[in-house]
Amino acid sequence: MSLEKSDVEKIAHLARLAVSEEELDSVAGDLSNILQLVERMNAVDTSGVTPMAHPLHMVQRLREDVVTEVDQRDYFQSIAPAVEQGLYLVPKVIE
Amino acid sequence: MHNLSIVELSAGLHSGEFSSIELTRLFLERIGRYDERLNSFITVTEASALGEAEAADQRIRAGEAGPLTGIPIAHKDIFCTSGIRTSCGSRMLNNFIAPYHATVVSRLKAAGAVMLGKTNMDEFAMGSSNETSFYGPAHNPWDEGLVPGGSSGGSAAAVAARICAAATGTDTGGSIRQPAALCGLTGLKPTYGRVSRYGMIAFASSLDQAGSLTRSAQDAATMLQVMAGFDPRDSTSADEPVPDYTAALGQDLRGLKIGLPKEYFGEGLDREVGQSVASAIEEYRKLGAETVEISLPNTELAVPTYYVVAPAECSSNLARFDGVRFGYRCEDPKDLEDLYKRSRGEGFGAEVKRRILIGTYALSAGYYDAYYLKAQQIRQLISDDFNKAFAQVDVIMGPTSPTTAFALGEKADDPVTMYLSDIYTIAVNLAGLPAMSIPVAPVAGRPVGLQIIGNYFQEGRLLSVAHQLQQVTDWHRAAPDGFKA
Repeated sequence: MSLEKSDVEKIAHLARLAVSEEELDSVAGDLSNILQLVERMNAVDTSGVTPMAHPLHMVQRLREDVVTEVDQRDYFQSIAPAVEQGLYLVPKVIE
Repeated sequence: MHNLSIVELSAGLHSGEFSSIELTRLFLERIGRYDERLNSFITVTEASALGEAEAADQRIRAGEAGPLTGIPIAHKDIFCTSGIRTSCGSRMLNNFIAPYHATVVSRLKAAGAVMLGKTNMDEFAMGSSNETSFYGPAHNPWDEGLVPGGSSGGSAAAVAARICAAATGTDTGGSIRQPAALCGLTGLKPTYGRVSRYGMIAFASSLDQAGSLTRSAQDAATMLQVMAGFDPRDSTSADEPVPDYTAALGQDLRGLKIGLPKEYFGEGLDREVGQSVASAIEEYRKLGAETVEISLPNTELAVPTYYVVAPAECSSNLARFDGVRFGYRCEDPKDLEDLYKRSRGEGFGAEVKRRILIGTYALSAGYYDAYYLKAQQIRQLISDDFNKAFAQVDVIMGPTSPTTAFALGEKADDPVTMYLSDIYTIAVNLAGLPAMSIPVAPVAGRPVGLQIIGNYFQEGRLLSVAHQLQQVTDWHRAAPDGFKA
């Protein structure tokens, strides 16, 4: 599978990742090479094989539905780029 | 003193031969003297280290100390440390001060270990040479023109240069074992779930596991004893008893069945590295072990499979870095989308971006079955290969890396060639098994690693197999010339 510049633009948008016009060609080339490596998987017939999502085949542990953490909003927000009155600030979303 | 093992250092601290303050000052002085050449630390925590050393000395005097109390160690900069920057080797987290400690950090701190600082690493642990770090590459103490390996390259360089007694690392596709091999150290990647991932910045959550880089298997046993154990804060933490790893070191090797996968000794393996590994295996035969040729037929597929699974999980995990709640934010965003895109575009380096893009593509509508589902199926086949092998043998041995350390810059512009250098380590992560790398005879002055793979939760067995070799050989004692004094 070989990716075009337009494919990279589409994927970069899905990933919310800025890729500059100058980088597009080299990124498309690198990604195509990686996909070529990945496509070696096609050499094996995997029909009927159960996909393995996790090494230990665990089930999700459940716990009592009780409060285990205290409110530390101010502390956690002290490392945020911009906050006001306990809210995270971002550029205006609704006109 | 800097050449002593953790066990020897601990004996010296307990007998009063030296104090933790003296030991900590010595290592800090060595960091000051040598680290400009190695770039193995991102942050040195001198003041807090001396404070911890003083507290350790009090504990020792009060008779409340354990085997790690007062021992100066370093943490890979992927483990969150409350109040001290945790960068993960990235511009994205250059200003990030975590609000809590990782469980690995809390456990080692509670055991009285002294933290000297945070070590250099490939950005978000994505790399095999430490060259993707925002802070520049770490250098291999055996030859500063060579890479130390990665992603735990800073930890490996620091332990090999004796500027800390031991260090933590993480291993998603070989990131402890490969740098251990390239720097002449003992690296241990435990079973998936054995050590808590809480507070360890996530790369690929079904593969990530914390472990150690040390100068011997005995030191690794001491570290794992403290690091291992169930943690309710990690949803995939294994609720399995933690055995006494140090007590297990003495296990006899007579009758041990060692599997030698033919796929690990074929094309692509450097001839001299292969000879060095073979001569170490010969030592095991002398110790009474039996060797059996085995096959892991899907070995060739491990790298392709990994480069779907790991990027897919990374693209999801790294979605949290959005410039809103913490970390890097771009200047003057014109709208929310611009804020996300430029904060991420400017905050991440080239390799991290490549993996996010590959993962996003593999998970995108219409491609999921061809890539992610297919990769998970092959992951099952790879795991089955190991299960079949362990029905026959106790441990599996082979090279850790197909070559010795390569030159800085040699593979930096060719991602696929770099990926293929992890051919022998990656399958272990896909299966979730424990494995070690231990130093064997060097080739042209460059260290070589022997990889030992065990069955699930057989860390005690692995450590004893490594320790028994280290009782009859001296490879693990070799120190790089420029850092002996």
